[in-house]
Amino acid sequence: MTRVSSRLQGLDFQQAVVYFGFLAIFLFFAVTLYDDGFLTQRNLTNIVLQTAPATIMAVGLVFALSAGEIDLSFGSIVAVSALSCAVALQSFPMPVGVLVGLGVGVAIGAFNGVLVAYLKLPSFLVTLATMGLFAGIARSMTNLRSVPVMNDTFTGLFGSGKLFSVPSLVIWTCLGVGIGHLIYRHTRFGAHVLATGDNPRAAQVSGIKVARVRLYVMMICGGCAGLAGLLYAGRLQAAKYTLGESDLMTVIAAVIVGGTALNSGKGSVVGALLGSLLMGMLNNGLILMNLKVSDQMIVRGLIILIAVAVSLRDTSR
Amino acid sequence: MSDQEVLSLTNIHKAFGGVVAIEDFSLNLKAGEVVALVGDNGAGKSTLIKIISGVYTPTSGEILLDGEAADIRDASAARANGIEVVYQDLALADQQPVYMNMFLGRELTKGPLNLLDKARMRQETQDLVDELDVRIPSASSTISDLSGGQRQGIAIARATHWASKLVLLDEPTAALGVAETARVEALIEQLKAKDLAILIISHSLDQVFRLSDRICVLRRGKQIGVRDTKSTDKNEIVSMITGVA
Ligand SMILES: Nc1ncnc2c1ncn2[C@@H]1O[C@H](COP(=O)(O)OP(=O)(O)OP(=O)(O)O)[C@@H](O)[C@H]1O
Ligand SMILES: [Mg+2]
Repeated sequence: MTRVSSRLQGLDFQQAVVYFGFLAIFLFFAVTLYDDGFLTQRNLTNIVLQTAPATIMAVGLVFALSAGEIDLSFGSIVAVSALSCAVALQSFPMPVGVLVGLGVGVAIGAFNGVLVAYLKLPSFLVTLATMGLFAGIARSMTNLRSVPVMNDTFTGLFGSGKLFSVPSLVIWTCLGVGIGHLIYRHTRFGAHVLATGDNPRAAQVSGIKVARVRLYVMMICGGCAGLAGLLYAGRLQAAKYTLGESDLMTVIAAVIVGGTALNSGKGSVVGALLGSLLMGMLNNGLILMNLKVSDQMIVRGLIILIAVAVSLRDTSR
Repeated sequence: MSDQEVLSLTNIHKAFGGVVAIEDFSLNLKAGEVVALVGDNGAGKSTLIKIISGVYTPTSGEILLDGEAADIRDASAARANGIEVVYQDLALADQQPVYMNMFLGRELTKGPLNLLDKARMRQETQDLVDELDVRIPSASSTISDLSGGQRQGIAIARATHWASKLVLLDEPTAALGVAETARVEALIEQLKAKDLAILIISHSLDQVFRLSDRICVLRRGKQIGVRDTKSTDKNEIVSMITGVA
């Protein structure tokens, strides 16, 4: 009983917003777009499949934001990882391609992380720079050409495959969110991430290795972006420098709407999943509404603005 | 009070760039002894505490714990040596619950996956705050929802829970009301009875005279002198602090 009530107290307004927003937008589209097939199982599954890479990136970003850092470069990491993986798959077996893709992501994350944690540069500026740097590298890697992925095991595992009739992208989403949530909420590392974002000085004098925490969260972000790159490459059966390019705003919005605060040691991995699904629903609904691309962008921008305003508004100010 | 010297500082010197914060400070502290550190704002009191707790490294000088060269190169090493601190600018993580703060950096885990044992941390925290009579809604309350006095109570409870040798308190009652101050003072008496060595910074001379065995005066980084509390009075201490005879 006391546990239930303390749970309810813990569920504050900002974290609850995503649940209501999710329901509201779902119901809105379910009614207005019923005839356009929004509610069909095929369309709903599609939303989940399409958001899988963004959800994985969002999980990584929850860790970075919770530690008081940010990563703007994950979109570029997606492209570089996917391309590296696709190139590797042309001459090596599947596991090598996977390791290359993930390894490149983690390595770029470590590069960001060392600059942030040990050279003590602000992550906003570091990743703003590396976002451009790796976007350029992604373009020059294959001279803007896209690289086909013909390895069937790979495209099955990271794209169109199924396990017990559950699509592999759904499984990756569940694994990413499940493991992310477990680490975030139920391990010492997760507690140290939150403490570092909340009060780095307190964390430091409590013996938490704050610099190492910062390095690790940037590596987690990079690794998640790497995995997202594999998921894109698997689903599209090709890698291209444009992968991940347009995910920055969506993913940041998903995480913030999902109840993760910028800079204050508070967040939720499950919330980020809901936020990501919400963004996916929004995309899907706006397309079904037959809006022009420019109008879609405007509406999406406005809705994200509203959502972020509701989640982040500081009522104490 | 035993004769074992828990802490011994010899010729400690600390400069921040060109600013000399502590010059030539020496002090010994025995188990079960309370020493008060007094001096005006900016005298160097907090700096001294941070040197002992491993946050700052002294520019020169020697620190011994139990008569041996101590490894306090950082805060966790100091904690491993049984030194706990209540900082002036409370070292609490505001968005986290009380029990996570109580166990910050020393979280309890269980099972083969080493998952956090939140239930046990919550329970132990509840027992501790009950025992010490720190009045908070619950061990799961978020720090930012608590009053200044309640936060101070948590910081002190945390220090008393983990200290095995030395407790450093930097103005522990500066933000507290009369009743809360009395409770903290009672707590300090308990620590003393447990044979811990205590170094307390306070601007309240009444409090200093109530609690301490000895009083050490700092003025602009210089150690002016150490007096037995029983054989001095407020006038002498005030003139030592201000430098006006
Ligand atoms: N990190 C730092 N960098 C530079 N100078 C510092 C630093 N910390 C303290 N100082 C300087 O050292 C001197 C002593 O500061 P300290 O905080 O130890 O004073 P204090 O005795 O605790 O004062 P108060 O009673 O106001 O808390 C001051 O002149 C302060 O400006
Ligand atoms: Mg001070």
